[in-house]
Amino acid sequence: MAYDAIIIGSGLSGLAAGIRLAMFNKKVCIVEKHTVLGGLNSYYVRKNRTFDVGLHAMTNFTSKGVRHSPLGKLLKQLRFSHDDFRLCQQHMSEIRFPEHVLRFTNEFEFFRQEVAEQFPKEIDGFNKLVEKILAFDELNLDASEALGSRSILENFIKEPVLIDMLNCPLMYYGNAREGDMDFYQFVIMFKSIFMEGFAKPVGGMNYILHLLEDKFKDLGGELRMGSGVTSINSEKGTVKSVTLENGEQLKGDNVLSSMGYVETLNCCSPPLNEKESLETGQVSFMESLFVVDREPRDLGYDKSIVFFSTQPKFEYKVPKEIIDITSGVLCCSNNFDYPQPMEEGLIRLTNMANFAHWDSLSRKDYVAAKKHWRNQALESLFTFFPDFRDNVVFLDSFTPKTIKKYTGHLNGAVYGSPRKIKNGKTPINNLFICGTDQGFLGIIGATLSGISMANLHILQK
Amino acid sequence: MTIDEVRQIILNILEDIAPDEDISSIDDNTKLRDQIDLDSMDFLDIVMELRKRFNIEVPEKDYEHLATLAGCITYLQPLLKDRLAAS
Repeated sequence: MAYDAIIIGSGLSGLAAGIRLAMFNKKVCIVEKHTVLGGLNSYYVRKNRTFDVGLHAMTNFTSKGVRHSPLGKLLKQLRFSHDDFRLCQQHMSEIRFPEHVLRFTNEFEFFRQEVAEQFPKEIDGFNKLVEKILAFDELNLDASEALGSRSILENFIKEPVLIDMLNCPLMYYGNAREGDMDFYQFVIMFKSIFMEGFAKPVGGMNYILHLLEDKFKDLGGELRMGSGVTSINSEKGTVKSVTLENGEQLKGDNVLSSMGYVETLNCCSPPLNEKESLETGQVSFMESLFVVDREPRDLGYDKSIVFFSTQPKFEYKVPKEIIDITSGVLCCSNNFDYPQPMEEGLIRLTNMANFAHWDSLSRKDYVAAKKHWRNQALESLFTFFPDFRDNVVFLDSFTPKTIKKYTGHLNGAVYGSPRKIKNGKTPINNLFICGTDQGFLGIIGATLSGISMANLHILQK
Repeated sequence: MTIDEVRQIILNILEDIAPDEDISSIDDNTKLRDQIDLDSMDFLDIVMELRKRFNIEVPEKDYEHLATLAGCITYLQPLLKDRLAAS
């Protein structure tokens, strides 16, 4: 008996695709190699504490009733109410560079005012840039021309540090490409962060993922955890089945894979002749989590998220060193508008990191390096921010190697390949991709990716 | 099925598709997409729900008939008239 669709991966894109298909009575099975849901946006438990992975905050926050926003579309397509996501908005975030600080909230006019005050000579150019952003169709699935954003930004803004400050959060939260950012991706991220905004769900990723899982199962979908795929089998160029690690074969008329594009092609059997080459992503991060014994704001950390660079020139690229401590992202989960305060203080610090370096270390050196570089990252942070080391009651770090291990994404590349396959097609008929390599990023983006690929390739035909 | 029953069926579908919208105030003769937040993705859902619930296939050329509630009723009532409301 064949499934209408087999979905590889129980991350947000896989779960969302599964819900859409099960909603319309398709026989669908999601297979997940890990024992925990979520893929790149997941959670883990240490010492009875549950930590999110990937999520600092959800971008794209829009209020209940807002029409035509990505979040609004997502909720409707999956038949959730806005209240179901239990979203709590940020208080205030900032971009902090040596000479300038730009604060922002979920009200875009506040940010516009900040730019006007900090960069009075640039505000006209900034406003014109905003007009261009609003007029741009970034969601066109057919668009193939990739324009770099830097040269476009330079047409509007003269001050290089303002360009770097605008880029910093957008790149950290969604740029698969080193150095520059594709302009359509810049537009997506600009809207999702500055014009829409940040929020966190009560209960974190654990809550959101199980909300989706429950809906999927209620609709009759099948979910198999701990079931990695060893091969995606095709006959005469059309997909027929997948083989699981335990040897079992599942037959399916369609396969929707969220493993990543190259990762998916690597799994194809028979192997593809001219393996379509696609750059693999390189961008990955080291992140440390610090549980502190009081509210972060009492330690001088009152912002929800801070994007910082200790240098006037911000560079977004895989560092030559094992991590880049000159810039980073700081997230204080407590500084969101929760109905009840969190039980403990939590500060997260994220820095760009080099997968190859981490991957080459022996077990012993790896553990030592995590500790050493965590301390180096803190030293650098404390040139800008108050020291909280005496208040830490628990800490943990993960690296690009950790991300690769649990998600299977090559290089631990959290944003996938710089070149996106927007239509989701592969050289094999009825084998499609969704998720990170399809083009929409972030929690809302990944979920929309699953929805749109399920609609386009399976429901509409 | 009577016209009122067909109308209720469409409202039920809209309510499922857009849980945050106020369905009760919909005007029959104004375009649905001007009253509640419906885009092309949602029209796909209306069509998919009709297929799922009543095995009715709406070809793409007929989507224009679904623009208003009155249009939906006119288009669907002949297709549903022999059905029982409970189906």
